[in-house]
Amino acid sequence: MSRILNLRDALNEGMKEEMRRDESVFLMGEEVAEYNGAYKVSKGMLDEFGPKRVIDTPIAELGFAGIGVGAAMNGLRPIVEFMTWNFAVLAFDQIVNNAAKTLSQSAGEFGCPIVFRGPSGAAGQLAQQHSQTFESWMANVPGLKVISCIDPKDTKGLLKSAIRDDDPICFMESEQFYGYKGEVPEEEYLTPIGKAAIRREGTDVTIVSYNKMILVAMDAAEQLQKEGISAEVIDLRTIRPLDHEAIVESVKKTNRLVVVDESWPYGGVSSEIAYEIQKYAFDYLDAPVTRVNSADVSLGYAPTFVEEYLPNPTKVIRAVKAVMYR
Amino acid sequence: MAEVLEKKKKVTKKAPAKAKAKYSKKQYLDWFTIMYRIRKFEEKTLYAYSKQKIRGFCHVYIGQEAIAAGLTSGITKDDKVVTAYRQHGIALSRGLDSNSCMAELYGKSTGCVKGKGGSMHFFSKEHNYFGGNGIVGAQIPIGTGIAFAEQYRGSKNLCVTMFGDGAARQGALYESFNMAMTWKIPVLYIVENNKYAMGTSVERTSNVHELYKIGSAFDMPSEPVDGMDPEAVHEALEKAAKHIRSGKGPYFLEINTYRYKGHSVSDPSKYRTKDELNEYKEKDPIVVIVNKMIDGKIATQKEIDKIKTEIDNEIEAAMKFADESDYPLGSELYDDNYVQKDYPFITD
Ligand SMILES: Cc1ncc(C[n+]2csc(CCOP(=O)(O)OP(=O)(O)O)c2C)c(N)n1
Ligand SMILES: [Mg+2]
Repeated sequence: MSRILNLRDALNEGMKEEMRRDESVFLMGEEVAEYNGAYKVSKGMLDEFGPKRVIDTPIAELGFAGIGVGAAMNGLRPIVEFMTWNFAVLAFDQIVNNAAKTLSQSAGEFGCPIVFRGPSGAAGQLAQQHSQTFESWMANVPGLKVISCIDPKDTKGLLKSAIRDDDPICFMESEQFYGYKGEVPEEEYLTPIGKAAIRREGTDVTIVSYNKMILVAMDAAEQLQKEGISAEVIDLRTIRPLDHEAIVESVKKTNRLVVVDESWPYGGVSSEIAYEIQKYAFDYLDAPVTRVNSADVSLGYAPTFVEEYLPNPTKVIRAVKAVMYR
Repeated sequence: MAEVLEKKKKVTKKAPAKAKAKYSKKQYLDWFTIMYRIRKFEEKTLYAYSKQKIRGFCHVYIGQEAIAAGLTSGITKDDKVVTAYRQHGIALSRGLDSNSCMAELYGKSTGCVKGKGGSMHFFSKEHNYFGGNGIVGAQIPIGTGIAFAEQYRGSKNLCVTMFGDGAARQGALYESFNMAMTWKIPVLYIVENNKYAMGTSVERTSNVHELYKIGSAFDMPSEPVDGMDPEAVHEALEKAAKHIRSGKGPYFLEINTYRYKGHSVSDPSKYRTKDELNEYKEKDPIVVIVNKMIDGKIATQKEIDKIKTEIDNEIEAAMKFADESDYPLGSELYDDNYVQKDYPFITD
């Protein structure tokens, strides 16, 4: 049996189920308890689990991320919510220098089973500091796993897997798509980390994307269908480790690849995929791998800037046609 | 606001006339003018937001105007100011004009930063305004650095570094306070304690509820100030500025105030009571100063009304100006990411 849930409630269920299952799991962050979450993802959790396990912090990202790391090293399984990933920048020391490295530094003596979660990506006219996409940043760091998804069913299953995972995980959601609806099973399930999902089968071109850009890719694919171009759409779901096998398999069939990635182009998810594919599917490619990223700049406030900055179906269709030589 | 103004006048009219005015008529009228300008500007901002002329995050300053008023007189025009995202009022107090601020909120190319910044990021070198910062607490070390540069160049200027009660819990504050005191940097730290950081009250963020006490760990001169009274703010600023300019290093003021509206336009403020809000509205700085001017025979109602009409017209005109201005071209997104003019962006 399944029912329709939005992303917010799917995440909420995932956290609650894991907290019921395991005493050592707790949630900490700004406005997560009494306010029920800045975006209401933790709604009702204070009521159910009490202030010991659902904890409002002061605005002190470096401090509470570090408290999470210490607690994880000492046997707990923290979920640390950042109001958005833009503010996690303050906590990079703890995420990058500690969470990611504890296991290696201690030669396996101490692990760091922690989930850092929150929305990533632009969310309208929020200007430079509030519009950044962090998948590429975090995926650069060995020791971390990075998950980024908006499909309610998969995201719930991935969050549950992340909470149970023994490695530190950066979990990226979407401010604009907390209300995004989908079917979610009633019964318990886990979604595996490190596996992409084929959202649409096709034969002419592969479009790889993740998080909210998957909707841009799907929209472009529908429009392309009307012009007789059959696009296969792959949702990465996990950014690190990257499921390059799924991409290679698809490209072997379609011989063409377009990556739609909201992060900046330089040294990011899209460039990594392009590398993997030229390395492992070189003989199957009929055109250079092409990508559609956010513009290589800081995003300004005006609506004209947002329009110029983000990938959209028109840009994706243009890229697909370029690789199809049409 | 008009409603609040009229109502409050009735209540406080009976109060005994205060002692003789300490400052000139011009000074009181100036304080009234900037506070009324900010209030009107913010009311119209909320209106324009409801009409979707303004988008994104938008935090208004209504209730906190007396602090901005004190800033117009307590420091000099050469002093520097930096603050957070709740900044429209501070920018106006620095002398940025209503047109360029409103156009910025509308995201137009005639805005003070050409539509690049929006509500959270106004800047103006001409007005020594170093901006609205969207990352809570980030401007605390930045303001310290702006002041460091003044000290380095041997000027007499200081930098007023403003932040909210929520920001006072960031580690950046403690690091900055320590270096500023050690190096005697000419920085005036102001925490605008409006009692809440989003939905979190000051009491829920720390064991120390009186924020000025944080300064004592660094032996920094620190004191609380009544932020509903521009006169009190002015005096505190003047005293602190004198101390700083004498080379003794930083000063810390906790200015107690209240935001009448939600944290941002999307916050229904369910975490606080109407009574608490009304308690502050009773002390509304605009009402108080009007009463003071009338009761103390400093200015007439007619003079005050004339200013109000002028500002009402000014803000109306600013909205028209903003509305009729153009959006920047999408391609201008590439402007001002690098000083280097021919920077090779990745465009594929
Ligand atoms: C580093 C960081 N963390 C979180 C946020 C989200 N946020 C924006 S404003 C705010 C509350 C700040 O409150 P306060 O400092 O008291 O200022 P006020 O809004 O009351 O003026 C929060 C948590 C942010 N912008 N930056
Ligand atoms: Mg506050």
